[in-house]
Amino acid sequence: MEAFIRPLSTRFLFEARQQLASRLFLIVTCLFYLSPMYWMVVTALKSDTELAKFPPTLWPQELVWKNFDQATKTFPFLPYLGNTIFYAAITVIGSVLSNFIIAYGFSRIKWPGRDLLFYPVIASIFIFVQFPVNPITMVPMFSFFAGLGLVNSFLPLVLPPFFGNPFFIFLLRQFMLQIPTSLSEAARLDGANEFQIMGRIILPLTRPALVVVALLAGVNAWNDFLGPLIYLQNDKLYTLSLGLTFFRTMHRIEFNLMMAASCLVVLPVIVVFLCFQRFFLEGVTLGSGK
Amino acid sequence: MAGTRKKLIRGDTRNLLYGLLFISPWIIGFSVFLVYPVLSNFHLGMTQYSGFGAPEWIGFQNYVTLFKDPLFWTSLYNTFYYVILAVPLGVVVAIGLAIAMNQKVREVRWYRVILYLPSVAPVFALSMMMIWLLNPRFGLFNYILSWAHIPAINWLGDPHWSKLAIVLVAQFGAGHVGLIFLAALRAIPPNLYDAASLDGASQWRKFRHITLPLLTPTILYDIIIGLGLGLQVFAPAYIMTQGGPLNSTMFTALYIYKNAFEYNQVGVAAAVSGILFIINATLAIVIFWSSKYWVNYHLE
Repeated sequence: MEAFIRPLSTRFLFEARQQLASRLFLIVTCLFYLSPMYWMVVTALKSDTELAKFPPTLWPQELVWKNFDQATKTFPFLPYLGNTIFYAAITVIGSVLSNFIIAYGFSRIKWPGRDLLFYPVIASIFIFVQFPVNPITMVPMFSFFAGLGLVNSFLPLVLPPFFGNPFFIFLLRQFMLQIPTSLSEAARLDGANEFQIMGRIILPLTRPALVVVALLAGVNAWNDFLGPLIYLQNDKLYTLSLGLTFFRTMHRIEFNLMMAASCLVVLPVIVVFLCFQRFFLEGVTLGSGK
Repeated sequence: MAGTRKKLIRGDTRNLLYGLLFISPWIIGFSVFLVYPVLSNFHLGMTQYSGFGAPEWIGFQNYVTLFKDPLFWTSLYNTFYYVILAVPLGVVVAIGLAIAMNQKVREVRWYRVILYLPSVAPVFALSMMMIWLLNPRFGLFNYILSWAHIPAINWLGDPHWSKLAIVLVAQFGAGHVGLIFLAALRAIPPNLYDAASLDGASQWRKFRHITLPLLTPTILYDIIIGLGLGLQVFAPAYIMTQGGPLNSTMFTALYIYKNAFEYNQVGVAAAVSGILFIINATLAIVIFWSSKYWVNYHLE
């Protein structure tokens, strides 16, 4: 009996110690990864005098909520919020619509040259990385849209998502390839045309992947800085990302206000992320299923 | 017989037409938003163009001016410095995060959420936070370093540290790739480790000879994506340092931006963009080509 218990208890002890080590490692890493956001929140709630203290206080002595109020008065917060929501919403619609249809063409219909044409999709992921605005293409694209008289409108930002994003095409194609072809064939035999198969059979089955695309596209648009920076020069059209730079260019940077404004800009992304974390965490690996 | 064949051919053409119809938005997008600007970079790069009026053809003049401009070389130097530092570090950090996210503790899911969180936060906002976090006098980082008696570092004001500060910002976004590595880790059959344990292999040997080789496809992916992100790094430098101090964070993307949108040198900016494209594409191809020597596809 004793001989049986002892190895078992040492094993438990060993595992408990192992778990403690794991937890310690995880907590330290998490603290580091949360530090920017923690510091943002703490700073946003500090008074001017507390801000100038050294060593800095790790938690505000007094919570100054009116910093948020003041921050939103330093720049036109609500209009910029509206612009950002508009940009993100149209991007989501465009991305879901176009990438679904394109990925369908790349996976659910067999046609000669299909897999060959998919190479440029992959290649463009690896060379351009960021879509639609990136430093390699921004100069000619700006001239292009300027020639059409579209600078200082949202069109240069919201039009490209309607023409596919290689990342999303890849992700959705991988997902759709896993749906058995027999489903489409059965429907075809029943006399359904391609559009009916796409809308009635494949669309419902692809919904989880489309949610991932919608979330990623929305977050990308919300987080876009370079696009609004070059195309939106009229400050009535600014997005929140450009609004924040007001604080950067002030003569004397008021860090508590700047952090309060940052909180408000980051908060929606965090909320969306926490609500849909399963989609985010699992969405990453959706496309890597070979 | 002839009838079926005819029907088959018709079915093929029908499929081809449908296929092309469905992917047509991508064909347009790819041509207009990627191929056109890449080609146009080389065309505009040979013109004098202020952004107004018509571009004027000047041949290779922009390239000659560029090669004589020390700031152009500085920007390339800075960019390569950044890439060489950020890409390998990014791989190490991401693998470290994946190992952390793979620990066998009950609440591991919450750690995953936390470690992934900063990678969904906007880079511009993260950059704003870093300005304050790295503030030489009141910043949290220097305060924590002071516990270890490390003297205050002027992260964003000292050319020796400024690039490191921007490399640091990128590491906060590593949770995303970390998650991809995590998926790769979990795809490794546990019996490989069991066999190694029976042979008395140490943790390190198991990592070195089982885990690492099986992570190489993901490492390849991370290197190529990291390369593109690194060569095109823009927002953190624009927000945190505006290219300073002493041009130490004047990256190529920022150099392009300033030429095009601040100095009205659109032709020069296009020439640089063309060069950046060639560098990016060449390096990506070289790395892909090299992968046959070091990437292990055994599991696939």
